[in-house]
Amino acid sequence: MPSLKDVKVKINGVKKTKQITKAMNMVASAKLRNAQNRIERFRPYAEKFYEMLGDLAAGADPSVHPLLETREEVKTVGILVATSDRGLCGSFNTNINQAARKLAEEKKAEGKAVKLYCVGKKGRDFFRRRGYDIALAFGDKMNSFDFSLANQLGLEVIGAYMRGELDEVHLVFGEFISVARQVPRTLGILPMQGSAEKGDDSGNKAEYIYEPSVEGLLAELLPRFIKVQIYRGLLDTSCSEHAARMASMDNATRNCDDMIGALTLQYNKARQAAITKELMDIVGGAEALKG
Amino acid sequence: MAQINLEIVTPDRKVLSQPVDYVGAPGIEGEFGIMANHVPFLSALGVGNLYYKENGKYFYVFVAGGFAEVSNNKVTVLAEVAEKAAEIDVERARRSQERAEERMRQQKEKLDFARAQAALQRSMARMRCRSSAESAGTCAL
Repeated sequence: MPSLKDVKVKINGVKKTKQITKAMNMVASAKLRNAQNRIERFRPYAEKFYEMLGDLAAGADPSVHPLLETREEVKTVGILVATSDRGLCGSFNTNINQAARKLAEEKKAEGKAVKLYCVGKKGRDFFRRRGYDIALAFGDKMNSFDFSLANQLGLEVIGAYMRGELDEVHLVFGEFISVARQVPRTLGILPMQGSAEKGDDSGNKAEYIYEPSVEGLLAELLPRFIKVQIYRGLLDTSCSEHAARMASMDNATRNCDDMIGALTLQYNKARQAAITKELMDIVGGAEALKG
Repeated sequence: MAQINLEIVTPDRKVLSQPVDYVGAPGIEGEFGIMANHVPFLSALGVGNLYYKENGKYFYVFVAGGFAEVSNNKVTVLAEVAEKAAEIDVERARRSQERAEERMRQQKEKLDFARAQAALQRSMARMRCRSSAESAGTCAL
C-alpha cells in the first residue's frame, strides 16, 4: 500500500500531464483550423487547374509527352512519403510509414530498386533506421510550408524521372477524410495516368485559341500537375496530423481524468485507513491506562 | 465601358477578383492584351508583369509560372507566384538580384547558370513591377 504522500505526489503529477495534453489539444485544434483554411484556399486553384487540363487533354494526343508514357521496364521506383515532424499524434505517422514500407517491399520483391523522398522527420527517421535508400529528406518543414516546397519536390522527382533515374513515382500521404478519420493513401503520380481526372464535357465551349500550341501548353501544364498533386498531399498530411493529434490528446486528457479519479479514491481510502488506525491506537491507549 | 472579370489565383490564396477594363499579360510568346468579350483563349505565361486598367489607372501584378484562360468574359490567371505591386518586398528582390549576378559570374556550369539567370529575371521583374506601379501611383493597397 503506497503511503498517503506518494499518492498525493502521483495525483499532482497526473494533473500536470493533463494540463499539458489539454493545451496540446487546443493548439492542435487551432492548427487544424488553419490547415483546413489552407486547403480551402487551394481548392479554387486546383479545380480550375483540373478543368484546364481536362479541356486540353480532350483536344490533344496525350501520348506525345514523356511524362504520360508508361515505361516498359521499370527498374527504379521513387516513393515520396509525407509525414509529420512531431509525434504524439497516435498511430498517424506509423500508419503512413507502414503503408510506404509495404509498397517499398512489394516493389523490392519484384526486383526493383526503391528510392525514397521523405518530407517530415518521422518518415525520414523511420526509413533511415531501417537502412532504406533515401534520395532526399526534408525535416522541420511541415510546420510552415508553402507551394515552393511542393515545387522543389516536384522539380526533383521530375528531373530524376526525365534523366531515367526513376521509372515510377508514388506518393504516400495521410488523406484527410474528416476530423475523426485519416487514412494513409498511396497515389501513383508518375507516369501520369492519362485523362484520369477529366472534367465533364458538358460545357462544350467554343474553340479556344491556344498559345503556344496545345502540345506546348500540355508540356507546361503536366509538370505543374505533379506539383499540384504533391502540394495536395502535403496539405492533407498536415491537416491529418493536427486532427490525429487532437484526437489522441483528447483521449489522453480523458485518461488523465480516469487516473485522477482512481488515484483520489485510493488516496481517500488510505487516509481513512490511517485515521481508523490512529483512533484504534488512542482507544487502545486509553483502555490500557484505565486498567 | 464594358468590363471583363479578372481573377488571379495561386495555390496559397486568391490574389485578386474584380471587373477591369483591360488586362495586359506576359504570354510566353509575347505580351497580349485582353478586353471585354474576348474570344476564348488559353496561354502559358512567362515571368513578368501583368497589368490591368481600372478607372483610368494601371495596376501591376508580378506573376511567375502561370496560365491565363479567357472564357465567358472572364480572365482566370493561375500562377504559382503572384504578388501585387504593394506586396513586393523590394529589398528582398534587390538582394536576390545581387546574389544571382554574383552566381552568374562564378558559375560556369550550365544548370546553375540557368537557375541564377531565372532568379535574376524574377527579381528584376519584381522591381520593374514595383517601379511601374509607383510611377502610375497605384502602389498603395
